[in-house]
Amino acid sequence: MVDVQANEAGRQATAALATQAPAIELKGISKAFGTVQANKDISIRVMPGTIHGIIGENGAGKSTLMSILYGFYKADAGEIWIKGQRTQIPDSQAAISAGIGMVFQHFKLVQNFTVLENIILGAEDGALLRPSLAKARKELKRLAEEYELNVDPDELIEELSVGHQQRVEILKALYRQADILILDEPTGVLTPAEADHLFRILDNLRKEGKTIILITHKLREIMEITDTVSVMRRGEMTATVKTAETSPEQLAELMVGRKVLLNVTKTPAQPGKTVLEVENLRVVDEDRVERLKGINLTIRAGEILGIAGVAGNGQSELLEVLGGFAKGTGTIRINGEEIDLTGKHSDGQSRRRRGISHVPEDRHHLGLILDFAAWENMIFGYHKDAAYQKNAFIMDNAGIVKHTQEAMERFDVRPPIPTLPAKSFSGGNQQKIVLAREIERSPALLLVGQPTRGVDIGAIEFIHKRIVELRDEGAAILLVSVELDEIRSLSDRIAVMFDGQIMGERLPEETDEKELGLMMAGVVN
Amino acid sequence: MDFGTIVEILDSAVRLGTPLLLACLAGLFSERAGIFDIGLEGKMLMAAFFSGAVAAVTGSAWLGLLAGVGGSMSLAMVHGLASITFRGNQLISGVAVNFLASGFTVLIAQSWFQQGGRTPQLSGHARFEPITLPGASAVKDVPVIGPLYSNLISGHTILVYVAFAMVPLTWWVLFRTRFGLRLRAVGENPESVDTAGVSVIRLRYTAVAITGVLAGLAGTYLATGLAAGFVKEMTAGRGYIALAALIFAKWRPVPALGATMLFGLLEAISNRYPNIDLGVVTLPIQFMQAVPYILTVVILAGFIGKAIPPRAGGQPYVKER
Repeated sequence: MVDVQANEAGRQATAALATQAPAIELKGISKAFGTVQANKDISIRVMPGTIHGIIGENGAGKSTLMSILYGFYKADAGEIWIKGQRTQIPDSQAAISAGIGMVFQHFKLVQNFTVLENIILGAEDGALLRPSLAKARKELKRLAEEYELNVDPDELIEELSVGHQQRVEILKALYRQADILILDEPTGVLTPAEADHLFRILDNLRKEGKTIILITHKLREIMEITDTVSVMRRGEMTATVKTAETSPEQLAELMVGRKVLLNVTKTPAQPGKTVLEVENLRVVDEDRVERLKGINLTIRAGEILGIAGVAGNGQSELLEVLGGFAKGTGTIRINGEEIDLTGKHSDGQSRRRRGISHVPEDRHHLGLILDFAAWENMIFGYHKDAAYQKNAFIMDNAGIVKHTQEAMERFDVRPPIPTLPAKSFSGGNQQKIVLAREIERSPALLLVGQPTRGVDIGAIEFIHKRIVELRDEGAAILLVSVELDEIRSLSDRIAVMFDGQIMGERLPEETDEKELGLMMAGVVN
Repeated sequence: MDFGTIVEILDSAVRLGTPLLLACLAGLFSERAGIFDIGLEGKMLMAAFFSGAVAAVTGSAWLGLLAGVGGSMSLAMVHGLASITFRGNQLISGVAVNFLASGFTVLIAQSWFQQGGRTPQLSGHARFEPITLPGASAVKDVPVIGPLYSNLISGHTILVYVAFAMVPLTWWVLFRTRFGLRLRAVGENPESVDTAGVSVIRLRYTAVAITGVLAGLAGTYLATGLAAGFVKEMTAGRGYIALAALIFAKWRPVPALGATMLFGLLEAISNRYPNIDLGVVTLPIQFMQAVPYILTVVILAGFIGKAIPPRAGGQPYVKER
């Protein structure tokens, strides 16, 4: 008798769950920009109290879809249902009142406002600020306790770390009573520790019954935190699966439409003569903080030295000094010849003449001029080469365009149109342009910083392949990356940097993530 | 130099600083909202002309004021249309406003009044009369306080008192009201306002309209308070000096008061002492008259501290994504 009752209760609960309306349901959403179909007949259902991942390559239409949901774009066709109600979202105000909160990839915060001012902006209670601020302060305290979202309400945004700024964005959404939270590539700008903290926050939010949509192209994040995941490819939703029932390999295949090798296949290195020798390299920054505290390393021809480490431990400074746009002390020799570190007799250009090519960490600021066309970007740093000149005064533009066209095809840059400005390419394709420019000079030494940051999986594979090919042609390669997987699969030797020093070197086959992780934290020597 | 002279110079500084203060606050509203406005000069000139013309015809300074503000406002809306709705270049739009005002005022003045591009001399109620504050004549003979109160504080036109009242009012609006918060936000990061569901365009138009009103008061004061009628190019670069003061004040209302009064003081000194004898050399009148403009150049060249303009200033807002 008791059993029957329990069963009955269980059935009712199941029935209730089955009839529970999805927090968000999209039905047949389509959106075109000109001739480009950004979203094609997209339908998803996200149940309340779950984390739903949307994964796809750059340009797959993820952000367009979310912008439709947040009222930035109007869909050409389709319906949006929120909590079982058909809802029109013509603008952001409508999205906010429907309980949708959005955390953008690039934060929408006022830098010289306090946290509190940013929180109330647009959600003030009356014409005067004082009562709104007081209310927000109280509410912020409650939210901080409930979700581990601690931020000093009186701090200026510009004084906060990126991770804290992101928390302010989340708090903004929660303050507006959002129970559906959309996060667009939230970990792109975070350190690993900050990302972990974010996931704890998301987990807390889920426990409180909030619905979360996580847009990312990082498979690991999807596997770690989501309940269900949808895959987008070229504007279409190719699959929606339970995370527990899938694997990174399957998702990667769904994303790019073919099998990708997450592990790089490469033959053992055949190191030749020493190309780069660095002895006791020190860099002091403008705040007189010592960023590099005596770096020693060598790289031989035909090998890849990977520099692992948490961002901000001197890797950037190392690249900058080697690339010729920061000053340092110590000795650097290329093929036995010493190079100038004072900055008086050298710059990026003279470094290039010595056979050092540089794929910078920040391609938007150092690698490309975004408003310039691809063909112009393709020759920066090499624009004085004789091959690009028609005569003493005029550059051979037509020749450069043709050369760019060919390079774009070799590097699978899509679309292969040299006259397009750099900013109209996706992150992966921008990186391919930089890589084509730097690799095709057959440098003696290639400096590569974060080669696949913000790059989709299909392009990652391609970029890795080209780096390995360059190694096999006999170049020495210095790879700096915060992605440990990348370092481990590409490097022939791994050096770990911590606090401006090299903690030690390991061979990739003789170490594991745990040991490297400890070294990155400065624990093992 | 006796005390009486100092009070007279200060009194003159207040009069000369008032149009700068109004123009500076006008620019503050616009630039805080992210719309650079080098067209303050043109708006003041337009207001000076229309207030002078209407006051001359109707004999009422108040009707002149209304017309002046209307004239300034029409140019403000032209600037708004060009830089907010059509997302044009704000500097070019501002320059156009200045040229337009410079030509338009003289042309219409000549066509209406045939006095060589000026409006008729104003007198009586066509001008804003000095207001004698209560007790001014009673305390006149009290030492120190007497002259200060009756000469410096009392005896200005209503527009001077309005200008000074605008300083705390502007501060309060900017930093204590919802409108001020949004205004400052839209000048720093319009996306933050847009994603919060607030209209960037409406906020910026409101700011530009306030600029129109304040620049209108400044121009009206020139023609109906400081002078008695409109003359060609009577703003004489005050719009630019107000901009320099705005930068000097780092876009804050209370320092704007100090900056504009400093310029007013310099002008007052050069009016009072055309030649300053330093013993070794005598500074010629031309030098003294040039001092405010030299200071403007120095400020604009960034010699005085680091002034960070509103971050979104000068950039038209284009909704992305």
